[in-house]
Amino acid sequence: MKITMAHGSGGTATSELIDTVFAKAFHNPVLARMEDAAVVPGAGRLAVTTDSFVVSPLLFPGGDIGRLAVCGTVNDLLMSGAQPQYLTCGFILEEGASLEELEKIVHSMAETAREAGVMIVAGDTKVIEGQGGIYINTAGVGFVPEGRNFGAVNCSVGDAVLVSGQLGDHHAAIMSARMGIENQIVSDCAPLGDMVNVLLASGVQVKAMRDVTRGGLATILHEFAEASGNSIELEEQRIPVSAAVQGFCGVLGLDPLYMGNEGKMVAVVDGTDAEKALECMRNAKYGANAAIIGQVCRRQESAVFMNTAIGGSRIISELFGEGLPRIC
Amino acid sequence: MKVMNMCVAMPGTVVKLEGTTATVDFQGNLVRAEAGLVQVKEGDRVLVHAGCILQVMSKQESDELLALLEEMKQL
Amino acid sequence: MRQIAQFLKEYDGTPLRLMEVCGTHTAAIAQTGLRSLLSPRITLVSGPGCPVCVTVTSYIDRLVELSMEQTVVTFGDMLRVPGSRMSLNDARAVGGYVQMVYSPMDALRLAMEQKAERFVFAAVGFETTAPIYAMLLEHMRREGITNLSLLTSLKTMPPVIDWICANQNHGIDGFLAPGHVSVVTGSDYFIPLSEKYKLPFVVAGFDGPQLLAAVYTLVQRQGQSGVVNLYQSAVTPDGNRQAQQMVQKYFEPCAAAWRGIGMVANSGLMLRPEYEAYDAGSGGLEQDNGGNKGCCCAQVLTGRLQPEQCPLFGSACTPSTPQGACMVSQEGSCFHHFNSRK
Repeated sequence: MKITMAHGSGGTATSELIDTVFAKAFHNPVLARMEDAAVVPGAGRLAVTTDSFVVSPLLFPGGDIGRLAVCGTVNDLLMSGAQPQYLTCGFILEEGASLEELEKIVHSMAETAREAGVMIVAGDTKVIEGQGGIYINTAGVGFVPEGRNFGAVNCSVGDAVLVSGQLGDHHAAIMSARMGIENQIVSDCAPLGDMVNVLLASGVQVKAMRDVTRGGLATILHEFAEASGNSIELEEQRIPVSAAVQGFCGVLGLDPLYMGNEGKMVAVVDGTDAEKALECMRNAKYGANAAIIGQVCRRQESAVFMNTAIGGSRIISELFGEGLPRIC
Repeated sequence: MKVMNMCVAMPGTVVKLEGTTATVDFQGNLVRAEAGLVQVKEGDRVLVHAGCILQVMSKQESDELLALLEEMKQL
Repeated sequence: MRQIAQFLKEYDGTPLRLMEVCGTHTAAIAQTGLRSLLSPRITLVSGPGCPVCVTVTSYIDRLVELSMEQTVVTFGDMLRVPGSRMSLNDARAVGGYVQMVYSPMDALRLAMEQKAERFVFAAVGFETTAPIYAMLLEHMRREGITNLSLLTSLKTMPPVIDWICANQNHGIDGFLAPGHVSVVTGSDYFIPLSEKYKLPFVVAGFDGPQLLAAVYTLVQRQGQSGVVNLYQSAVTPDGNRQAQQMVQKYFEPCAAAWRGIGMVANSGLMLRPEYEAYDAGSGGLEQDNGGNKGCCCAQVLTGRLQPEQCPLFGSACTPSTPQGACMVSQEGSCFHHFNSRK
């Protein structure tokens, strides 16, 4: 069955869609009240964020737009030190969207929300003319325990830089699907709650955290360097990238340092805690390939640089414009 | 998106050949490439440029470095 | 390898300027941080090795014009190269049709799928890419495709290297021969130039050890002629004969205009008269009126200036606001110098 304009009319087709698809999958007492706004308990320091998801294809190896929509928002909350609690979701459906696909996406959202320990408490659906696309916006709310204060500005000389796993998987999976390149690369799309909780419970002194998304690792490290007034030194040989992603990058002339992930994080921790932090990450769900990739050092001529495999030094620049495939 | 150096510098392996269209494996990534400019068979290691196989790499494994150090000695 | 690295770091002989003429080498040198491993007495300069960078403005202007009537199919690098008035990207914003592809073979597919549309491929490149266009023409003829043509700006390396060497005070002490060009042409292709100017040429691959070994070889062989091939698994003395024959079948040598250099005799390839029907009007595109008068792409491309010495570098001209092709292309030396700037 296909989505039609009637599904967005506010009439019976709309209620049917809500009842049989959304409410069924996201079922929880708050949502079940079906009021104009969700009223939820909470106190203290609130973290709020929102993100829109427009990925194509909707279903890809390792995930789908629904799982992405939950992970993206949940991970943003986690990186601010918050415990994510509630999500809202807005669907914009284009006429002609497949109902079966929508159901798959919604189930995947519900499952990911359960995994991440968040409740989807409010939602909205609109149908517009188009060619069967599905777009999702999620907003999230979490609570930040007293005393937690992470931020790029805290990065100081001697701190260690860790990444929670191999770079570029999500980006490569999406691009492969779009370009028809066959491979075994799957998106790493995942909620990072377990990892953050293990890390914070261990007593490791965490200075700053970011999830690695659009713009890639290089972009985050530039933000860290700029905000703290220091430089970041990376070791090329320690940066985890799977052989398949390396091959993919080789074919298209891409650099994994600038590619997006959806289930990886960078953490800057006190230098003395580096090994402990690494162990925490590796023991956490989705952290098996975590690595210590570099350190914060005094401000040098360049904000971010890398010691290359042959012993050279290379400046890691910021990302300029949109990527273009090269010809030789 | 950033671009890096290894673009077509990296050899792949021909895994399938249909007419002049080859499927080339680059570390687990299967890419279609035109094979009309070379005599190629399945299993060959090849260099690909802009969607076209430009050369079949010689058999002498990838011991480039050995060959290279050999050259050094002659200097 | 360690010994080689140490030698290059501590080299204190005659100051040397070594030129690389291959976009992939330009990128690989930046990627491996090679410059940081060399003694200050060894300077690496980039020559005209990026096909996009050496394209003249009248060629871009012609593509822009064509994009208003048919679909221009191109490699991504060409999109942002400024013409005398606008780039292909600008053209797209005002209604031009431009489609980016990864391979000329993709253009074949487009033309077959959309028979009612007309397509023109922006056929830029060196000896490496020319055989692929020849292959494309071969397929077009076999399939009877008439809705695809080529606007060519194809160039060959030896005449322009000759031009650089012949211009007094070039000050180049050795050449890193273009890697992928050599795959097609073979390493012997560079012997005449090497002998004419008594300069060493090295054919090398693209990884760190290959590059280090190449620089080492050039330093050792300073003042001597000869072509050393360090990339024997891919480059043979006579190259890919089949590809060379395909190029000869469809193309013949012609004079060509290079950005910043001007006309160089016999440095281009154009479609043979019998295949004129596939040409979208490539002849006579020689004008080169760079938009920004301060742009020094010309001097940069010939190794006379390092990118940093251009007055626009890093101020008016950045990868986000490129004034010249060397800053646009991912293979351009300005682009790489900007990304590695201190």
